[in-house]
Amino acid sequence: MRELHQRLKSLFPLGELTEQRPDLGFVTVPAEYLRPLLLQLSDREGFTHLVLLTAVDWIEDGQFQLTYLLSNRGAARDLGVRVMIPRPANGLATMDGIHDIWPTAATYQRELREMFGIDFPGSPRVDEEFILEGWIDKPPYRRDFDTKKFSEENFNHRPGRETRDPEQYMKQQLYPDGK
Amino acid sequence: MKPELMKRMVKGPDGQEFEVEPLRDYYCEAAPTVMPAAYIKIVEDFFNWARSESIWILGFGTGCGAIEMRPLMTPRFDAYRYGVQWRPTPRQSNLFIISGYLSVKTLKRAIRSYEQMQSPKYVIGLGSCTINGGMYWDSYNTIKRLDDYLPVDLYIAGCMPRPEALLAGFMDMKKIIRAGNAEGANKYAENFDWYKANQKQVIHDWDMPDYNW
Repeated sequence: MRELHQRLKSLFPLGELTEQRPDLGFVTVPAEYLRPLLLQLSDREGFTHLVLLTAVDWIEDGQFQLTYLLSNRGAARDLGVRVMIPRPANGLATMDGIHDIWPTAATYQRELREMFGIDFPGSPRVDEEFILEGWIDKPPYRRDFDTKKFSEENFNHRPGRETRDPEQYMKQQLYPDGK
Repeated sequence: MKPELMKRMVKGPDGQEFEVEPLRDYYCEAAPTVMPAAYIKIVEDFFNWARSESIWILGFGTGCGAIEMRPLMTPRFDAYRYGVQWRPTPRQSNLFIISGYLSVKTLKRAIRSYEQMQSPKYVIGLGSCTINGGMYWDSYNTIKRLDDYLPVDLYIAGCMPRPEALLAGFMDMKKIIRAGNAEGANKYAENFDWYKANQKQVIHDWDMPDYNW
């Protein structure tokens, strides 16, 4: 994995390699180098399979982290490529799609568009509804979306539901005189 | 609204052009009506006994609770010996089991399926999620009270209830039907506006007719 990192580092401005397991590592790359890096990995290094594309909302830094997890089946190892993109407080973030390299990415991109509000212009059917229907609020996986508040405002609830601290409750049940 | 539901001009196979408005032309617009008992009590009792002995369940798994219905169909628990069986379409079934959490998207399908079922029809809410939201009580996408949207005859609590609990639930359901108290379809017809208002409150892209009969 280190040797691969060295080889790629001579070509692209890569960040540090995080080795989570001997067969799983992560690198960070600036957004403009993502496409050449992915092409290099898929065409030259044998990382032919896109395992997943997902996002993390770093709301404090005003950034989204996109993780492209690639697999090299022959060498039985995975490499995650991380990209940080700016996160607008309102409205959509934008990123270039990779659906022309791996057509399966189009599905992930639709999901990210809907759940995180990250747009991939030109990706197939990216503007159509994916999982949610008739969604009215901000994208629900953004961390500033308050799911509890949304649920309380939108769905009727049945009174009578109460929560107890298990430790205190059992103490009270077992030792009612407080000893 | 989806393009296939819009009013449009269609060219028939004979070359004639005509206008189609799917929401009016493909569905019956009339709201459901209350069907009072038609016969004297002893005959109605006989009917209710017959109904209770042929519970046909719509094979529509809405949440994780649907997994509990598979062992019920198979020899281990074998619900068929009680006159309970699963049917593939709403038209053939009279019991709708909402099996677990119900997302807003599935609620839309559940309403359509329920309305397409023939009266007398019954609804069982399976699992805590249908009662008060269960573990999805703060989810952005699941309803928390099933009886606001569909007339529920019986709840089976648990997360998940075991197949034995479902069998006990079927027995209770039979008692309710035999006593003539399973009037869900009539309740739905009576409070139709209230149910529709509740449904439209959570389904924001209402793109179907008000009654999908």
